[in-house]
Amino acid sequence: MAEQTSIVKCLVWDLDNTLWQGTLLEDGDVRLPDSVRELVTELDSRGILQSVASKNDHDQAWKRLEALGVAEYFVLPRIGWGPKSDSVREIADELGFALGTVAFVDDQPAERAEVRFHLPEVRCYDAGRLPELAALPEFSPVTVTVDSRRRRQMYQAGFRRKSAEAEFQGPSDDFLRSLELQMRIGRATEDELSRVEELTLRTSQMNATGVHYSSSDLRALLADPRHEVLVTTLTDRFGPHGAVGLQLLEKHAGVWNLKLLATSCRVVSFGAGSVLLGWLVDQAAHAGVHLVADFRRTERNRMMEIAYRLAGFTDEPCDCRAGLPEPAQEDVQRLHLLPAPCAPPPTMKLHTVSLEGV
Amino acid sequence: MNQDPATTAEGIAQAITAFVSKRVGADVPADQDLFESGLVSSLFAMELVVHLEQAFSVQILGDDLKRDNFRSVRAMTALVLRLNGAGHATGA
Repeated sequence: MAEQTSIVKCLVWDLDNTLWQGTLLEDGDVRLPDSVRELVTELDSRGILQSVASKNDHDQAWKRLEALGVAEYFVLPRIGWGPKSDSVREIADELGFALGTVAFVDDQPAERAEVRFHLPEVRCYDAGRLPELAALPEFSPVTVTVDSRRRRQMYQAGFRRKSAEAEFQGPSDDFLRSLELQMRIGRATEDELSRVEELTLRTSQMNATGVHYSSSDLRALLADPRHEVLVTTLTDRFGPHGAVGLQLLEKHAGVWNLKLLATSCRVVSFGAGSVLLGWLVDQAAHAGVHLVADFRRTERNRMMEIAYRLAGFTDEPCDCRAGLPEPAQEDVQRLHLLPAPCAPPPTMKLHTVSLEGV
Repeated sequence: MNQDPATTAEGIAQAITAFVSKRVGADVPADQDLFESGLVSSLFAMELVVHLEQAFSVQILGDDLKRDNFRSVRAMTALVLRLNGAGHATGA
């Protein structure tokens, strides 16, 4: 087997004679071939972001992209007269992507050479290769999840959110309230399993046990009446954040064991982890059961321990621990809480299932 | 008698008060219950943990992370003093 090709996360397009046929400032009229339009929408649906690095008049070029009906597909476009290597680097920096996950397509060999010279990690393609691009392994992610299909919209919402936050004056809770956050907590469905798996893979900072559950592990648990596999999604007035949390709960008589809590790093600043825990504590209080949360310290999940402790979990002994089977991994600490009803959070609206009744 | 302000109760309380007041945009008496008054959210509490650790070079671990230790400026001051004392037995 050939070694695994790393997936391109963002493709940066040249415009003249690459995205469209013709030179905008010379010909005035340019044409977007159907095959290129299809490629743009196809890559978008695979969760690959697209941007622009073009030497052109910014306003004219952007107007043309809008007229052609494709402007919305491009994030952080760089249209101006600076070196393209600068444009590509700025795009990667703003997205927080490593250069090795960025690709660049241009019909001019000199432009590709300039980018390659300054940014050797960036993969460069001649515009002549556009017809085969969609079939290349680096543009073909293995799993395409609900969230990857709307990754671009999530990034665009993120940019708008960031600029709103930069303009906002006042306490941070007031800013959070102004976002009109809506959190949904529901039982995972088969469809959601791939995005849930992605969460346990990507969230090493906010994973309470550092354990990765595969989608087949989780599928087996969906069928088990004792287990609850809960997925959390978050939306605000700028758009969706997608799936941001996973809870795996095993219900015993008198005690619920939280075997995994993973939240996306993207939503830590909204306090999503604390809201999730608060909701679970409230559910347990109403069901009249104790809570035991599994925690295994890793190098990166300290914030998770802090969230548990601040929510009131302790090391104190309790008879309820005796009823639990041994944890699946070594070094797992079991933190205990005697739940009390917990008021809903002031900063977001919750839409949730009820966990009462085993 | 030049004690580092970061090691006296008064100095620690002042520094914590300054940080909290600035963040919540209000005066904060040392005994005020920050959670009950709604001035501090769970999210800000997490920030406080990290801030105290960095500002006073302490590590807050295990049961020391309980909410009561962050309930007021006075409670946080006591926590920092205790952890400082344990960490630097010989003094500054």
